[in-house]
Amino acid sequence: MAKVPLTFTLNDAEIGVFVVPGSNLLDVLRRGAGDLTPKEGCAQGACGACTVLIDGVPHLSCLTLAEMAEGRRISTTGGLAVGPELHPLQTAFMEGFAAQCGFCTAGMLMSAKALLDQTPNPTRDQVIEAISGNLCRCTGYEPIVDAILTAAAKMQGRTA
Amino acid sequence: MAIHRGRGFACINYPIGMNLGGDPAQALVHSTPDGKFMVALSAIDLGQGMKSVTRQIAAETLGVPVEDVYVDTADSDTGPHDMGSFASRGTHRVGNAVIRASAEARKQMMEAAADELEVNAADLTTDGRGNIHVKGAPSRSITVADTATAAQFKQGRTLSGRGIFLIPPSDADPDTGEMTPVTCFAHAALVIDVIVDDETGEVEVTEINSAYEVGRALNPRLVEQQLIGGAWMGVSHALYETTEPYYPDRSHGPEDFNTYLMPGPGQIVPHHIAVLERPAEDAPFGGKGPGEMCANPVLPAIANAIYNAVGVRCDRLPITPEKVLRGLQANGGARPQGGNNGATQGGSMPQGQR
Repeated sequence: MAKVPLTFTLNDAEIGVFVVPGSNLLDVLRRGAGDLTPKEGCAQGACGACTVLIDGVPHLSCLTLAEMAEGRRISTTGGLAVGPELHPLQTAFMEGFAAQCGFCTAGMLMSAKALLDQTPNPTRDQVIEAISGNLCRCTGYEPIVDAILTAAAKMQGRTA
Repeated sequence: MAIHRGRGFACINYPIGMNLGGDPAQALVHSTPDGKFMVALSAIDLGQGMKSVTRQIAAETLGVPVEDVYVDTADSDTGPHDMGSFASRGTHRVGNAVIRASAEARKQMMEAAADELEVNAADLTTDGRGNIHVKGAPSRSITVADTATAAQFKQGRTLSGRGIFLIPPSDADPDTGEMTPVTCFAHAALVIDVIVDDETGEVEVTEINSAYEVGRALNPRLVEQQLIGGAWMGVSHALYETTEPYYPDRSHGPEDFNTYLMPGPGQIVPHHIAVLERPAEDAPFGGKGPGEMCANPVLPAIANAIYNAVGVRCDRLPITPEKVLRGLQANGGARPQGGNNGATQGGSMPQGQR
């Protein structure tokens, strides 16, 4: 099948690639754009490891047709840090021991970022709701929830 | 129809490592020309903290800052042999091998420094901040970096060490059956509170209280992280994860996350942990490591709590609502066992009052 051109913004970089119609966004991000931060867990929308933001809204990139990204703004964990400065969520995850094997972490971070962008002072229940589509096998979730609340507090200049 | 509260207890004596024809682990340590140390292992860090703990152990043994130690577990083809990351053996087996390799490298480092300072190596000590100096005379010193450079470019020697730790094979005595498969046990006890709905058969874990004896907690945050996450996995094994629902008939087995249930962040259980530190004699700096026993005792404690709540004894995992309901049916209804002293509000209560 003839490839079609696709352009989108990936973490402030303009990306232009040719994709096979019907490709999913996760494959295009990883293989086409070379951003390996979104992970393929289940490839059927059940685990959340591939979560990316499209115009600020979390999407499961494994279930998203790549052509839907045309002209839109994609955010991944690869764009969270500014130079050597980690995003407060990344720092809180690291300092709060919120990752073990790390495979869910990129998806967790993007779900958390989407929440904090919209709801800077979330309740614990709102945090749990925001990451309810992200499976983690190692942590028991509690350190992740705590880390997101810590990051929210830090971004608001409070102590958690 | 009612919600019943129950409390269950379980304890565990957990063997660290295994012994199927012997259990060896190897480590190799060498310095770079600028005095950093590389620890080569084939033990794998799959998130449990193998790299962090062996890095601490190597730094402590070498007497250098932890920042100056790198652990490489990249390739089991090219690295020294190791049995693997399983059986909760990592900290104990690999840690002991790293101590031996690091001790040999330290000896060479001290000899190289002694040549440079023109003193006896036995009179030297490390300050743990990257310097080697004469005991009692901190000004008579040389940096580890300068020592490594001198060793390589002037003296023509390596600062390196080899380490192996072996728990030898232990066959059963043909007369008595006695054997010594392991040298070191860790211990834990858990109290778990549940509520059981006798109408739906659903079980909810409401609280976990645990005490773990893991030797010295070499990295207390990693220990806590393993215990919290491991207990969650135990809850998941006990109540949710069905691998072979009609074993040995393979039908209706799960094929993906849609049919393999795991609790999500909405099912976080409050877990209060007491870590008791009793350094073990043959363990690296006394650390035995938590490992698999984070999850194991959770399952019997939940099974006991369900029995305490409704009198149903489930001996097949996971304990699904279907199994609880079948047990209730066989018993002619819930039979709370009582005696769950201290379980919040105790006993049964009509639905809606939980």
